[in-house]
Amino acid sequence: MRAASRQNEIHIERLDKSYAQHAAAGDLHYIIQDVNLVVKGGEFFVLLGPSGCGKSTLLSMIAGFVSKTSGQVKVGEKEVERPGQDRAVVFQQADSSLFPWLTVRENVEFGLRMKRVPAAQRKEISDQYIALVSLAGHESKYPRELSGGMKQRVQLARVLSNDPAILLMDEPFGALDAMTRRTMQRELVRIWQNTDKTIIFVTHDIQEALLLGGRIGIMSAGPSSKITDIYEVPLAYPRDLADPSFHALYNVIQSHFGE
Amino acid sequence: MNIPLKKWSLHLLLWIAGFGLWQVLSLAYGPEILPGPIYTARGGYELLMDGTLLQYIGISSYRVLLGWTLGSLIAIPVGIVIGKVGPIRSFAEPFLNFIRFIPPIAFITLFLVWFGIGETSKIMLILYATFFIVVLNTLTGIMSVEEDKIRSARSMGASEWQIVIHVMIPATVPYIFTGIRLAMGTSFMAIIGAEMIASNEGVGYLIWNSRLFFRTDWIFIGLICLGLMGFLTDRAVGLLGRKLLSRYGVVSTNSLRR
Repeated sequence: MRAASRQNEIHIERLDKSYAQHAAAGDLHYIIQDVNLVVKGGEFFVLLGPSGCGKSTLLSMIAGFVSKTSGQVKVGEKEVERPGQDRAVVFQQADSSLFPWLTVRENVEFGLRMKRVPAAQRKEISDQYIALVSLAGHESKYPRELSGGMKQRVQLARVLSNDPAILLMDEPFGALDAMTRRTMQRELVRIWQNTDKTIIFVTHDIQEALLLGGRIGIMSAGPSSKITDIYEVPLAYPRDLADPSFHALYNVIQSHFGE
Repeated sequence: MNIPLKKWSLHLLLWIAGFGLWQVLSLAYGPEILPGPIYTARGGYELLMDGTLLQYIGISSYRVLLGWTLGSLIAIPVGIVIGKVGPIRSFAEPFLNFIRFIPPIAFITLFLVWFGIGETSKIMLILYATFFIVVLNTLTGIMSVEEDKIRSARSMGASEWQIVIHVMIPATVPYIFTGIRLAMGTSFMAIIGAEMIASNEGVGYLIWNSRLFFRTDWIFIGLICLGLMGFLTDRAVGLLGRKLLSRYGVVSTNSLRR
């Protein structure tokens, strides 16, 4: 479908994150242990696991926000050491990550302004991404005037305007109502198909994982969680909840989490 | 009868009742102990006519505004630095937590020794009263900036300096604003104390000096002026914040209590 480029591939090898539980005893508490994963360029990869399994921690380590204890995280050929513009993060809570003192347009142009992109060019780029996330007409509103779904669209436009190779999404639709969430899931697939981004999407919702992911990585419950299985989802977008093979795969994945 | 009219007539009624009670009590106790509203108004007119009242209000306001402005201007950057830089914070915090419990008035005599009996000591006292409140609010604001905001700015390519300028400071504006508004109240308390002890002019001097002439009506005038000055400046600061800083989330409250 699209040419895989090594630029936006992610290689994770024997990755550990631990902290000393009782410093004196040297008793290590592992949040994640021995995680191995390769995400190809342009892939839509979903990390699925129960709450508290360390999937957000793994995402933060790829983002460069959290340091690793041992192992390797490489994006392209480069070891991840700090946050970088090749990896954009969409946070679960739009309220805590958007800048409430900036309008929608100013939020979307934030990264460009930091890079001192001239105003005319900034406007051109922000117009493009505001339109892509269907927010045209809301440019001069402040985040507090928007609904939850619209705020997540702003977050998405804001990171896309910096043209990152990789999108790291941490349960971005978790706080939305069911109907808005379905719309946002469809929109995200459309946006992904219109760009060439690699996406790693964290969720604890099996249905969401199956609606979005090209592949789904199952994380075991913590502590010491790891990626136990990876499923290919051989279904075309947009996916149909009523499709028998959707349902079959749902049941297979469900069996990982008991009941 | 619509609601605002009802509310206003209730207000008016309360004021009339208040003045009535005041008048009745003053008749019972005599004007030396409790001057009535009419007696007080006459005393106020007297002060207004010989020019002292406006002059004193002007002097007191000037001291408060100058000390408060200077104090805020110094305190904001200091608060930002303390909030941002961990090592400085761990050094400064115990000190701040100790000194903020010393009321400004306690420093009057010391400030007189250090800065003389002129204007400097009063301005410095207001500056002191303002400084710690604004520093504490500013550093609280800096430390309350959500990690997600800083992280997202960082992953969009903002430098550390840009994060301070474009994320931390704008996010802290409501805290700074609360700080300077609270400091205004403390400044009024401090200046009255200072003027009572060491001054030849100002509203505090008026209140203190009137005892020599047994002019309780003048004391009442001083108190009323203080209330009005505090009320009006607080409203003015609130209005200014609402007009200029609304995008930063400075909310419109009518009054701010401590």
